[in-house]
Amino acid sequence: MGIFEAILLTVITAATPLVLAAVGELVTERSGVLNLGVEGMMVMGAACAFVATQMTGSPYVGILAGIASGALFSLLFGFLTLTLVANQVATGLALTILGLGVSGMIGEAYVGQSGIKLSQIVFPVLSDIPFLGSLLFKQDLIFYLSIAVVAGVHFFLFRSRAGLKLRSVGDNHASAHALGINVIRMRYLAVMFGGACAGLAGAQLSLVYTPQWVENMSAGRGWIALALVVFASWRPWRVVAGGYLFGAVSISQLHAQAFGIGIPSQFLSALPYLATIFVLILISHNRRTTLINTPASLGKPFVPDR
Amino acid sequence: MSADGQSASGPLLAVGQLTKLFGTFAACNGIDLDIKPGEIHALLGENGAGKSTLVKMLFGVLTPTSGEIVWQGQPVRIASPSAARKLGIGMVFQHFSLFEALTVAENIALSMAPGISLNRIAEEASALSHSYGLPLDPKAHVADLSVGERQRIEIVRALLQNPKLIILDEPTSVLTPQEADRLFETLNKLKAEGRSVLYISHRLEEVQRICDRATVLRHGRVTGACDPRKETPSSLARMMVGSDVAHVSAEGTSTKGAVKLEARHLSASARTPFAVSLKNICLKVHAGEVLAIAGVAGNGQGELFDALSGEYPAGSDDVVRIAEKPVGTRGINARRLMGAGFVPEERHGHAAVSALSLSDNLVLARNQSDRRAFLGGGVLGLIRQDAVKRATKRISQAMDVRKSGENPPAGSLSGGNLQKFIVGRELDRQPTVLVVNQPTWGVDAGAASRIRQALVDLAKSGSAVLVISQDLDEIFEVATEIAVISEGRLSDIYPAAELSREKIGLLMGGMYGKTESAETAHAH
Repeated sequence: MGIFEAILLTVITAATPLVLAAVGELVTERSGVLNLGVEGMMVMGAACAFVATQMTGSPYVGILAGIASGALFSLLFGFLTLTLVANQVATGLALTILGLGVSGMIGEAYVGQSGIKLSQIVFPVLSDIPFLGSLLFKQDLIFYLSIAVVAGVHFFLFRSRAGLKLRSVGDNHASAHALGINVIRMRYLAVMFGGACAGLAGAQLSLVYTPQWVENMSAGRGWIALALVVFASWRPWRVVAGGYLFGAVSISQLHAQAFGIGIPSQFLSALPYLATIFVLILISHNRRTTLINTPASLGKPFVPDR
Repeated sequence: MSADGQSASGPLLAVGQLTKLFGTFAACNGIDLDIKPGEIHALLGENGAGKSTLVKMLFGVLTPTSGEIVWQGQPVRIASPSAARKLGIGMVFQHFSLFEALTVAENIALSMAPGISLNRIAEEASALSHSYGLPLDPKAHVADLSVGERQRIEIVRALLQNPKLIILDEPTSVLTPQEADRLFETLNKLKAEGRSVLYISHRLEEVQRICDRATVLRHGRVTGACDPRKETPSSLARMMVGSDVAHVSAEGTSTKGAVKLEARHLSASARTPFAVSLKNICLKVHAGEVLAIAGVAGNGQGELFDALSGEYPAGSDDVVRIAEKPVGTRGINARRLMGAGFVPEERHGHAAVSALSLSDNLVLARNQSDRRAFLGGGVLGLIRQDAVKRATKRISQAMDVRKSGENPPAGSLSGGNLQKFIVGRELDRQPTVLVVNQPTWGVDAGAASRIRQALVDLAKSGSAVLVISQDLDEIFEVATEIAVISEGRLSDIYPAAELSREKIGLLMGGMYGKTESAETAHAH
């Protein structure tokens, strides 16, 4: 295995949680809900996945626990913002802070334990393709899931009737309500899907990326995922492109150090965030495509009147 | 037409003693109405007369408090819009319920039964729209379409359900005269097919032209049922308003005064993808005249208002002049201090803050221009509540603003009364230049006549008045001179007496004739 191949493998591992969390948040935002609690849901997923894996010995149970904890945690957000019509921004921030705290409590007894790494699933024949084979077909389940979820979300949003309804709810909730679409139910489902994806992304961190539990181990990836949704202008496949770009930037700091390039490590670890800012400035110039894709009701609470 | 069996001879829809209470307020109070198969039935009334409440009950958006709805001889309860659609009732709303980010076909698909592919819906919609003379491209994004085209989507969407009754809420308020003619042809076609149309309007001329019967509402009650062709516009207006509406005329205004407001080759690029850019606009408004700018909504009226008022200042000083002084880059307060007044289109959130009281709204608008009168305490700028309250009272009396209590929040006033107040707020200063955008949009006939008269009176007293409006009746009532705006370009300015509705209609479609060639000559 060449050095280039090895670097690409680490990029994939770094990008997968970003892609998963972002594509979940993309669905949530397409329904018109802005959930800033991705970081909190992600770190909850990481903690619960690790604890469940240690208790049962099976990382697959851990994956399920990660998904379930993210979805349940997002349900709290849904109840506050959709049923009680609390402010979405404030609630999302609170969710992040709560998630960081609660996950620390859950994982406290497990700090320092070495975990069980999720094993690879090797596709026969396909994995023998030179170069690509070992990159794409000798990976863990969560990587395959991340690509499948993006493809599924794309098909759902742009090919299915339910996806059309979801986009209509995000574009103009009053009109959607007038057409008889259940706006609140649609948003609950979208929020929970976003939570499940963030939880799965968290499970990847504690089962694949670094198989152990460290407090605050999401380390700001939830925020990058949020920026990624805007970067992708709410289109699923662009999330993959952006996710791998950001993943590459965050990995480059490790390899730059290994190659002895004299750049301060602090600068390199700040690179993903600088890239986010740069990209946000760049895309804000092309307002037309952004506005066609931007959910017009994003962040606006819906209260049906009758 | 007897395909419907026993019900064909009786009314298609009969409404008996229908009442809707909001708290103790009766928006609809014991309404009786019947619609025959194959007729165009007009529902007339001022704003707040209960027209919208009535049709919302018929379409299942609101639940009636009491009364009955009989559909083809059967008493029915219409619980939701989809229930109404199943019965065969289609509705075209005044404020479109479209999704701007979606395509035409996707918009239509959302109201169709599930299980039909998007391609089939697109084909059907395209075929249907062409057969009714309302061509549509199913793949276009709604955001890119004109208001007239958006209305077509709503109509085609309703027609795809094959309805027996179509309800249209003020359909022509956003159309050019030519587009309206086309709509009337479509409606006559529907009528010939045996479908019924419930046509809501306050435009008497249209109602007389296309409707077979009319029901008139006032204050939630039926005040008349008639054949509109046998009535005169003034007798219909009396039924709507309850008294004679004062006639407004621009007589006595003239263009002989000095130029008070001028735009010289004013251009502005579009601020958002859905906005219109202004292209080389030249206009002069003289002291003593009303210049009216006609045009279909969304052709740059808002952008022109923003540039003239200074809400979005222009790139150079020279392009806008107030009283001969270049002010293009100055802000709104600087222009107000020079004696100009501005009334934007949106009452709520733009011209007034709904949650604040009338007196607070007065201070917000005039704290610079009337600093001496309203503010005290030197640099502290404390509000002199008693002076402000006196001015609020003065304005309310001058414009006959009807309100609950002395100083209620702006949002509690009806549209017409709030509009009278915000126009009166500027008139109270006796501005030398007044720019008004859509002065009577969605305002009832009595209040509209009052506002129009006040604008004409201001011009007669020697001020320059610029009125931007979509309402041709209004334009002919108040204008000394008329220009038309289309896609951000302004036509030549014509004396009001020289223009016909047809000519304005052509100008609205962007047919400038000689203007276009003069402009190209200028550019080179």
